[in-house]
Amino acid sequence: MLILTCPYCGVDAEETELTAGGEAHLKRFGPGSSDDEFHDYLFARENPKGAHFERWRHSNGCGKWFHAARCTATLEVFGTYSAQVTEPPQEIRDAISAKRPGWTWREFS
Amino acid sequence: MKHYSAFAVAREALRYHTGWERAWRSPEPKKRYDVIIIGAGGHGLATAYYLGRNYGIQNVAVIEKGWLGGGNTGRNTTIIRSNYLQDPSAAIYEKARGLYEDLSQELNYNIMFSPRGVMMLAQTQHEVRGYQRTAHANALQGVKTEWIGPERVKELVPIINIDGPRYPVLGALWQERGGTARHDAVAWGYARACSNMGMDIIQQCEVTAIRSANGRVTGVETTKGAIECDKLGIVVAGHSGQLAEMAGFRLPVEALALQALVSEPIKPCMDVVVMANTVHGYMSQSDKGEMVIGGGTDGFNNFTQRGSFHHIEETVRALVETFPMISRLKMLRQWGGIVDMTGDRSPILSKTPLGGCFINCGWGTGGFKAIPGSGWGMAQLMATGHSPLTEAFSLDRFKEGRFIDESVAAGVAH
Repeated sequence: MLILTCPYCGVDAEETELTAGGEAHLKRFGPGSSDDEFHDYLFARENPKGAHFERWRHSNGCGKWFHAARCTATLEVFGTYSAQVTEPPQEIRDAISAKRPGWTWREFS
Repeated sequence: MKHYSAFAVAREALRYHTGWERAWRSPEPKKRYDVIIIGAGGHGLATAYYLGRNYGIQNVAVIEKGWLGGGNTGRNTTIIRSNYLQDPSAAIYEKARGLYEDLSQELNYNIMFSPRGVMMLAQTQHEVRGYQRTAHANALQGVKTEWIGPERVKELVPIINIDGPRYPVLGALWQERGGTARHDAVAWGYARACSNMGMDIIQQCEVTAIRSANGRVTGVETTKGAIECDKLGIVVAGHSGQLAEMAGFRLPVEALALQALVSEPIKPCMDVVVMANTVHGYMSQSDKGEMVIGGGTDGFNNFTQRGSFHHIEETVRALVETFPMISRLKMLRQWGGIVDMTGDRSPILSKTPLGGCFINCGWGTGGFKAIPGSGWGMAQLMATGHSPLTEAFSLDRFKEGRFIDESVAAGVAH
C-alpha cells in the first residue's frame, strides 16, 4: 500500500486516507488563451513511466492538499512537499537525481 | 493451416494427437513490410486480420514486446456488450458485438462466445432514469436492449439480493445478446488467421524508436533490428504515450491500474453477467465455475500492473451486499492491467501528426468487447484513410470540443 507523509500534519498516511488529485504544477489557461494552450491545460498530461509529480489530498486526515514525487514504474516515493509552490523544490529534485540520474519531467530535471 | 473440426479431433485421437501443428508461425522479421502494427493484443491482431481480409493487404507484421495477448487482452473480465448512450460508441461496440456472434466460425477457432446476457443494475433513482434513457437511445441506434424491473432481475439472477438496505435493486438495463467470450482465444484465433494469410507475428521484439523522413513514417527500430514500412499502426494500450513520444506527438492519455480477481470454482449459480455501477463491481461465472470479478480503476498513475488492495476490498464489499451467498468464497487470483484513460473515457482511433502513422488507444477499462469492431474500423482507416466507424474518435476531438462523453453518460464502471 502506498504511504505518503503529509507535509502539513506530519502523519505517514496510508492510501486509504488519501485522495489522488492528478498531475501537479499545471499552468492554468482561461479566456483569451489559444485553443492549443487550453487543450494542453485540460487534456495533455505527462503520463511518464518514471518520476512523476502529482497532487494529493489528505482527505481522511488534516484535509490539506499537498504535492508528492513518485515513480510510476516502481511506486517508489521520492518525497512530499508543500502545495504552496509552483515547481518542485530543489531537495526533492536532488532526491530523485540520487535514484534516477538523468530524469526529466516537463522542463524540470 | 489445418482446418479444425470434429473430424480433425477424431482423427488426432486415433493417432495420439501427433498431427497438430503450431497455430501460428514465429518468423524472424523481414526488412520491409507494407504495414507494421505495434502490439499483438486483440486490437492489433484484429486490425491486421481485417487489413488482410477486407483490403487484401497481407504484407503485414505485428510486433509485440512481450508475448501475444499477454497485456490487457489476457487481463480483462471478458464482458461483451454494446449498450452505450452516445451514437459513435454504440456504432463501434455494436459492430464488434455483431462480429463476435460468428467469429468462431469465421476464424475456425472456438472463441467460446457466450451471449448469456448482460445486466446493468440500477440501484439509485438517478441510475433508473439514466438507464431508461440509455434504453431509449439504444432503440434509436438499433441496439437491442430493454429496461427490466426488479422482479425480472430476481428471476434472471436468483442469487441476487434485490432489497438490500443500502443499495436496493430498482431495475436493470438488460442486453440479451451481450455476454462473454474466451479472451485468450480471441487473440489466438486472430493470430492464427493472420499467420495463415502470410502475416508475420514477431513476439519478444520491443520497438525502441520510430523512424520518419519528411513528416512521414519510414519504419521502426526494434530489439531485433530496423524494419521498414509504409504505414504504421500503434495499438499498445497502456504504453501508448511512450510510443506516441517516439513518433513525436503527445496523447491526452493517462495510464492507471485496473484490477480483477477470480474466486475458487463453484457449481453453476449465475448464468448472466451482472454489473453494478453505483458500487463499482461486476461479476460473471466462468465456464470453469470461478466467479470473475472486476471493479473500478485505482486513482493514480501507475505502470506496474499491480494495484492497491483496498480497491479490491471495496469492490468485494459492495458485491457481497448484493450477492450475500459469495461472502464465504475464497478468492484464488488477483491481477492488474494498465489501462489508458482519455479525458472523455472514449477511445482514440485516428490519424496522427506523423504521416502514415495511425493510433488506436484509449480504450481504458472497456477494450475487450470492442476488439472486432475496433480492428474493422482501424483497418478501414489505415487502408483507405477514412472510416465512418472511427471518424468521431479522432485525436483532434479534444481540441475541437467534440467529446464522446461516456464517463457520465453510459454508466460505465471506471
